Amino acid sequence: MIATTGTALTPHAYLQARSRWGVIEIAFWLATLLPFFLFPNYLSLASQIAITALFALSLDLILGYAGIVSLGHAAFFGLGAYAAGIFSKFVWGEPLSGLVVAAVVAGVVGYATSFIIARFRHLTLIMITLGLGFLVHELANSAHFITGGADGLQGVRIWPIFNYFRFDLYGYTAYSYSLVVLFLTFLVARRLINSPFGLALRGIRENPNRMPAIGASSRAHIRKIYTISATIAGIAGGLLAQTTETVSLGSIDFQRSADVVVMLVLGGVGKLYGGLLGAIIFMVARDQFSGLNPQFWYFPIGVLLVAVVMFLPGGILGGLSRLLAGIRGRRP
Amino acid sequence: MRKMLLGAIGLTAALFVAPAAHAQTPLKIGLISAYSGQFADTAAQIDNGVKLYIKQHGDVVAGRKIEILRKDTGGPNPDVAKRLAQELVVRDSADILAGFTLTPEAMAASDISAEAKKFMVIMNAATSIITTKSNYSARVSLTLPMIGETIAKWAYKDGVRKAYTMVADFGPGHDAEQSFQKAFKEAGGEIVGSVRMPVANPDFSAFVQRAKDLNPESIFVFIPGGAQPSALGKAFAERGVDPNKIRILSTGEPVDETALKSLGDIAVGRISAWHYDYNLNNPLNKKFVAAFNAEFKRNPDFFALGGYDGMHLIYESLKKTGGKSDGDSLIAAAKGMKWDSPRGPVSIDPETRDVVNTVYIRRVQKVGNELVNVEFDKFENVKDPVKAAMKK
Amino acid sequence: MGPIVGVLFDGFAYGMLLFLLSVGLSVTLGMMNFVNLAHCAFAMLGGYVTVTLMNQMGWPFFATLPASFLAAAVASIFLERALYRRLYRAGELDQVLLTIGLAFISVAVAAYIFGTIQQPIQTPSYLRGSIQIGGITFGVYRMFLVATGLAVALILVLTLEYTRFGAQVRAAVDNQRMARGLGINVEGAFAITFALGSGLAGLGGSLAIEIVGLDPSFAFIYLVYVLIVVSVGGLGSIGGSFAAAVLIGISDIAGKYYVPQLGAFLIYLVMVAVLMWRPQGLFGKR
Repeated sequence: MIATTGTALTPHAYLQARSRWGVIEIAFWLATLLPFFLFPNYLSLASQIAITALFALSLDLILGYAGIVSLGHAAFFGLGAYAAGIFSKFVWGEPLSGLVVAAVVAGVVGYATSFIIARFRHLTLIMITLGLGFLVHELANSAHFITGGADGLQGVRIWPIFNYFRFDLYGYTAYSYSLVVLFLTFLVARRLINSPFGLALRGIRENPNRMPAIGASSRAHIRKIYTISATIAGIAGGLLAQTTETVSLGSIDFQRSADVVVMLVLGGVGKLYGGLLGAIIFMVARDQFSGLNPQFWYFPIGVLLVAVVMFLPGGILGGLSRLLAGIRGRRP
Repeated sequence: MRKMLLGAIGLTAALFVAPAAHAQTPLKIGLISAYSGQFADTAAQIDNGVKLYIKQHGDVVAGRKIEILRKDTGGPNPDVAKRLAQELVVRDSADILAGFTLTPEAMAASDISAEAKKFMVIMNAATSIITTKSNYSARVSLTLPMIGETIAKWAYKDGVRKAYTMVADFGPGHDAEQSFQKAFKEAGGEIVGSVRMPVANPDFSAFVQRAKDLNPESIFVFIPGGAQPSALGKAFAERGVDPNKIRILSTGEPVDETALKSLGDIAVGRISAWHYDYNLNNPLNKKFVAAFNAEFKRNPDFFALGGYDGMHLIYESLKKTGGKSDGDSLIAAAKGMKWDSPRGPVSIDPETRDVVNTVYIRRVQKVGNELVNVEFDKFENVKDPVKAAMKK
Repeated sequence: MGPIVGVLFDGFAYGMLLFLLSVGLSVTLGMMNFVNLAHCAFAMLGGYVTVTLMNQMGWPFFATLPASFLAAAVASIFLERALYRRLYRAGELDQVLLTIGLAFISVAVAAYIFGTIQQPIQTPSYLRGSIQIGGITFGVYRMFLVATGLAVALILVLTLEYTRFGAQVRAAVDNQRMARGLGINVEGAFAITFALGSGLAGLGGSLAIEIVGLDPSFAFIYLVYVLIVVSVGGLGSIGGSFAAAVLIGISDIAGKYYVPQLGAFLIYLVMVAVLMWRPQGLFGKR
């Protein structure tokens, strides 16, 4: 992963080296423009992949960089989605302000719950996130006077972006919008993890008891990254609500929480690109398999997951990098 | 890292290249339903109904070959349903959208139907307002208020004065509860209590005990099909609610075939209102059930009937338009369409584009060795009361 | 007074079902830290074995129960040898991915073989209905569940406390490295425990049909309940699983009876509250 050189670097130089952009990274982002030219009929799928990738990125920040496995992250995704949807219904349909509302709502709830999250580890932590996720889900279900309950929120209407770009049937606007938001958020996340704060987080992931001894308060850091992650998840949810003009309990349910964990682990944890790659592979595979057979597509997806674990442990990115390292290592 | 990403991009590109749709002449019907997940069986039955209809009536209508594109939403996910509808329209150039087990799916796809002016046939989703969202949609299944209102009227007529309602806590449940309570009160009855139960609810004994504590003359129940009807029926028996003393009224799901099979004799005497049952006594239905069994080795249910009747509406509308498949022609042809279905006479209300059919009142009885719903009363030409009330 | 006893009893019976479904996962998680999210797939397998034997072959309900236990246990041994054992030292995230993948596969296979339809079974007539004791109604099937749950709990406790194998398992749960150092074949003990746990899940799956039904989504829906029981009870503790299952079962039923508005929230509230009070669960050691 890291551009390892023989000589030891100063911390400052190390961080600088890490934050330099590689050719591959640039190529990856250029490639995200390909759907416009090569697959113009797949733009709505592409926009939902971009949104899911953003959601996976938000999870990677806490799972990959702070070791917090969350089975309830859809709570923030859903909060963002409902916030954006309800805002468009009762205030106005301007999308950018709606996205800010989604981010703020999810971020505030994330901050509030981060005090609970920071106290726990391991299975207890997973189950607490799961429990909180279900509580938010049930809340959304029982507050049907405002959320529409199981029927979904009705009356979401989004204005054109900058009053000009209408959300069209082909998904040009939806994909452009989602992609821009994904890219900008990615830049922020990348900057963040390549900062001293990011380094401290990795320290916490490796050994939460030791970090306070060198002057980094674990809990304060965890609270901070958890809030940021919740905010980004909220943005992703807001995007989905706006680009599809629908919000339902499906945005906030356990399945969405579980799916995003699967995608992230599939892609590779703690590498920023793992979530993006996992979302692309999982969703394209699901789209293609369920297109072939809408009833039994779970089977090939399951086989894919098992195969990845067996042949590429550590997810696709992790497994590949280990394979490559192995090949390089064997060379004279 | 570099090679990894390059590989990833290549893989992505490879995966994205999907078969493109060509050839405009066939008529493409996009079937959007929850083929996987918790509601998979409902989609499977709708699909069976569709398949049987095509098998019986051929796959060419008015000179156009029918092609079915099946799309899975995985559950009540309107974002997925909307994307699939969108893709069907822009990528596969589908002419008709159909299917829809669940209300959120139908609501979201209605937006696409309205925007792209595509004919849309709702084969199951039962919340009243769905058909108001697109002027190109028609429903062949039913709405729950039709049932709730009918059984409330029947119950009052039969002498019940005090009723308790138990419904699943989601849209259709609220529809059923409100329509029952409204009609029952208007007739002069009294609602002694009501409860809304979580949709994913594995154990009903507590709710049944609550209802029993109030000692009502009658309990009206609505819960979705699946595992719950038998769980609820068993809870009634365990808590000592005897259908012959306290009248247990319901829609069709709580006494469907699976539920009756696992309930056994404790279900005898339960009363329900519904528009279809495989046991319905008419020649058309006998033929339908026999053909369905020959093909799929199980009985049809109202989901299967929805798929079957939905295809009938599509076929007949196409014949009327002479194969023209634009939304305006098709919906014009569908309005006011009347036909004989295995459930009896059916029509599409030209004003609301919603279904009009007979609602049967049935009692669970033992016929031979089997428990079945036997109809003993019926209300003809029942329309959706919610939309009727909207007009006033 | 009447309703309280009835509600407690129903909750207890529901808890016994949860106990059977989850005890295996608790012990295996405690021993090897192996996250097996396919646990409920074994329960589902047990359920389908019972349905097939009863409806296709005409077996009596009781005869199918050992068969479903065996089927789930054998299937788990096979999977343990073929896949699971390679991942004992891998990260828990890889374990999650593997077992979720297996759960996906099991759902698709079940839907392919048995269809998506709800599987009905007719339990024998002497297990149906209810009896009145002191003016309180007790469901016969629930009494049977309670008896089974208590018997299984008793057998497990006796096995763990008084047999050599039990001592090995306890040692492995307490300190795996030390147990290995003492010459205990931890892998072997684990494989047996794993098979037993999966078998119990299979038994639980068979017994659950009468209460909650059976279709291919079973493998996912009950996973959440099982995880809740495991975490509330504490890893590797049979007593903990038992107490947690009873607590969750009773709070679910009692919550729905006394505060139906909170019905869906209550078990999650209870879980979060317990974990905040005791992060290792009620009986957890670590």
